[in-house]
Amino acid sequence: MSTHPAVSASPSLLHIDPARETERIVEAMRAMVFNQLKRKGAVVGVSGGVDSSVVAYLSARALGRERVLALFTPEADSSPDSLRLGRLVADNLGVSSVLEDVSPILKAARCYERRDEAIRSVIPEYGPGYKSKIVLPNLLDANRYAVFSVVVQSPEGVTKKARLTMEAYLGVVAATDFKQRARKMMEYYYADLHQYAVAGTPNRLEYDQGFFVKNGDGAADLKPIAHLYKSQVYQLAAYLGVPQEIQVRPPTTDTYSLEQSQEEFYFTLSLEKMDYCLFGRNNGIPAAELAPLAGLEESQVERAYAMIDAKRKAARYLHASPLLVEKISY
Amino acid sequence: MGQKEIMGQLRSFIVENYLFGNDGGLKEADSFLEKGIIDSTGVLELVAFLQDTFGFVVEDSELVPDNLDSLANVTTYVSRKLNLGAGVTEPGESVMERRP
Repeated sequence: MSTHPAVSASPSLLHIDPARETERIVEAMRAMVFNQLKRKGAVVGVSGGVDSSVVAYLSARALGRERVLALFTPEADSSPDSLRLGRLVADNLGVSSVLEDVSPILKAARCYERRDEAIRSVIPEYGPGYKSKIVLPNLLDANRYAVFSVVVQSPEGVTKKARLTMEAYLGVVAATDFKQRARKMMEYYYADLHQYAVAGTPNRLEYDQGFFVKNGDGAADLKPIAHLYKSQVYQLAAYLGVPQEIQVRPPTTDTYSLEQSQEEFYFTLSLEKMDYCLFGRNNGIPAAELAPLAGLEESQVERAYAMIDAKRKAARYLHASPLLVEKISY
Repeated sequence: MGQKEIMGQLRSFIVENYLFGNDGGLKEADSFLEKGIIDSTGVLELVAFLQDTFGFVVEDSELVPDNLDSLANVTTYVSRKLNLGAGVTEPGESVMERRP
């Protein structure tokens, strides 16, 4: 891959023309939904975050507000802000919306119970009234494995951290993945009901690095912002008039009961820095050249590049369609 | 337990668990990460194996490729943990955090 001196010398590597980009995306969305998928509109799961808000705004522009359904799917661990901000988006856009609390589905699937059992295997006192999240160590300053720990907070506010065993880690992840899959099930219910397509909301970091649940939030009929770096999503949000509160809200995974930032969970880098590193990796910019632009040390950028490659490898399984013994044309 | 024995047990575990019984000419110095044999999740399985088989605790600070990323690295690390110091080549200083 060649280097891009002209680009890498610029302080705003990731700057886009939001008007042009919006036009490009809405044209593509119209072609995808109406011509390719032959659907009458789109369902968007709106979480109150910037990605899903931008997809809702783009969908309304592309398809018309009467052809967009905003779906809110909070569950027991969701922040109340998620629903409030989701409603704000739907109200501002004038699109129809539906609230489906997925907690009863998750309880029936024993999502919370299974997760709590897994946590208790490493922190026996974890129980009712406790909050939890899983976190990564700092991966940028030393060459170490991305091994998760669980952090719990007792009802009295005392926090405790313990490294997860493989059984516990897989137990927590497998159980919490029910959340994204239950949400997607609801999105497809409404898609079927209205002959709509499901618009997925991953940005480029999530799509590229496999930051999604297979057949959960990874499932969709179109992914209109999957090519955009996170900071480009913010540029579109500003241009499209997404409510200010959503634009300034720190991104979260909204999956765990203790507040958890996305970088804490997955990237171990701020999203802004991760954007730079992914862009640098994709455009062959040497670590030494990218480091000052990203505000990182050269060794940190090198580690970030290695992590990007490793995550990409791991994401292949997540992206893979079902494998067939023989190719079948349809 | 000698290094040869440690290496033998380790190789059987790696081949059984990650290579589905097919050795594929795995060399002592081959990087598990680079060969796509063990990733961050897989390393937890290796840690459980080491703790159960050799009876020591793998500390958080020891979860680094210098200790765990090849048959040779793991053998050296296990030998060190079992205090078989003689003839052991020391890996990078950063991982040398000895515990009482």
